[in-house]
Amino acid sequence: MKNVTLCAKWMGLVFAALFLAACSSNETKEAEAAAAAAAEQAAQETAAREAEQQAQAQAQQVREEAAADVGTVFYFDFDSSSLTDDARGQVDAHISALLGNNASVRLEGHTDERGTREYNLALGERRANAVRDYMVANGVPSYRIETISYGEENPLAYGSGESNWQQNRRVELK
Amino acid sequence: MVLTKRWGIVLLLLCVSGVRAELQIEINQGVENPTPIAVVPFAWQGVGSPPEDVAQIIDSDLARSGQFAPVSRRDMLSYPTRESALFFRDWRAISAEYVLIGRVTVGAQARIDFQLFDTTRQEAVESGTVTGPVSELRMLSHRVSDSVYETLTGIPGAFATRLLYVSVTRNPTGKDFYRLTLADSDGRRPIVLLEGREPILSPAWSPDGTEVAYVSFETSRPAIYRQNLRTGEREQLTNFKGLNNSPAWSPDGNSMALVLSKDGNPDIYLLNLKSRALTRLTRHFAIDTEPTWMPDGKSLLFTSDRGGRPQIYRYDLRTQKIERVTFEGRYNARARVAQDGRNVALVHQRDGRYHIAVFDLVTDRLTVLTETSLDESPSIAPNGSIVLYATKRGEASILGAVAVDGGVRFSLPAREGSVQEPAWSPYVTP
Repeated sequence: MKNVTLCAKWMGLVFAALFLAACSSNETKEAEAAAAAAAEQAAQETAAREAEQQAQAQAQQVREEAAADVGTVFYFDFDSSSLTDDARGQVDAHISALLGNNASVRLEGHTDERGTREYNLALGERRANAVRDYMVANGVPSYRIETISYGEENPLAYGSGESNWQQNRRVELK
Repeated sequence: MVLTKRWGIVLLLLCVSGVRAELQIEINQGVENPTPIAVVPFAWQGVGSPPEDVAQIIDSDLARSGQFAPVSRRDMLSYPTRESALFFRDWRAISAEYVLIGRVTVGAQARIDFQLFDTTRQEAVESGTVTGPVSELRMLSHRVSDSVYETLTGIPGAFATRLLYVSVTRNPTGKDFYRLTLADSDGRRPIVLLEGREPILSPAWSPDGTEVAYVSFETSRPAIYRQNLRTGEREQLTNFKGLNNSPAWSPDGNSMALVLSKDGNPDIYLLNLKSRALTRLTRHFAIDTEPTWMPDGKSLLFTSDRGGRPQIYRYDLRTQKIERVTFEGRYNARARVAQDGRNVALVHQRDGRYHIAVFDLVTDRLTVLTETSLDESPSIAPNGSIVLYATKRGEASILGAVAVDGGVRFSLPAREGSVQEPAWSPYVTP
């Protein structure tokens, strides 16, 4: 009896071991399959993400090229700090680019030579602020924008007359 | 950013710029019938040859005033240096109404003795002596001019004074080159106080003439600096976000009015130079700029477009009330008040052209003084008689000068490049 009991115990242990082994073997296969599926899914996701990132990068590149194409000088009408339609179009291109990167920009306001230098410093600041405010209203964080006014200093065109003056009434993005 | 208190010695006053920053003087218009005066070469009592032709300096000063017609040396029949050698008939023969003679003595100090004679009345109308350092012989000569000018016109001369201005050399392919220059009132002895590729603006004098303030963009942002002309010490006074410009020393020298836009838009502030306390004077969404002090220090004039267009306003420091001063025309800006507290030089726009005008605070009458169209930066001589300003000749900026009564005009172009933003010094203690 004693042996039978012992034998049964052993058998029990063997079965238990076999059962466990079988279980373990099944679990390994399932895990492997799951892992493979997950890996495949991850790979697909990575690929998709990479594709998306690539697409985003390409889109950002397109936006930055578009911003570069419109130039970094925005011109203003005489005695005005309102963005012209042309200037608004240009600034829109830069806003699109800025919303897709973390770049900081400096907006330099300028006037033509008419009127007093110190008053012109204030007018140049108004122009730079007008561009800044438009950018901020369209989602560019204000901390990424610095404004500065040069007034009538650093003209693009040295001569007098409207053909020169209109080149000097500007905000430059740097 | 708080006010910085960094003092630094800069290499300045040491760098003589040679001809490049030097001004030339062209007399465009004098008074009708200027007074003929003979300035006879002065006797030299010193070792070697005289370092300066004192009589020539005085002669040029009087000619530049437009009120005198100095007699050419070639036309003089004799060169007396003492009264005993002076024969009035020689001078009446060449139609000189006045004769100035003198002697220059140089030892440890320089000394000029001079006597002025009326050839009609045949008597001395003035005799005097000026003394000072040998290195200041030109300035001593200008003091003789001041004295003679006052004797003959009743108005103190302003020859023994200095000019501060900004010279700019254009660079079409890169950045312009700026120099802050200090020169004698005749444009001679230019000294470069600061130079570089970033703009320099708004030079201003301390009331005692020992310091200057200005705006420099040298840090790539505008900041106000003060600089001592004797020691060369320099201090950055402001470094706020936005505009930092138009420094204007109070007549007592204790504070400075200036323009900051740190709180959103340009307003006038008062900086106490001792305590460094900053007080905001104006509070308006419009542009407030270009403060300048009334000589009594009780109120300030400034430019504001709070009425839609730039006009001159007055801020009373005691009552803190603001009143509009100018009403004629659509643009009146950048006022500078004469020492009499009555004549205000400003930039006035008429028919799209920018002229220098004088506004009389008593009669409210505005008189346009210039005919050129891009005039700016008026600065009044300390004797109140002449307005110095900047204007354009071709692509270059030059200085112009016009008598407050419109009678005399002269131009001061730079020998090279542009010159702008003149600031005439107060009377400097000899």
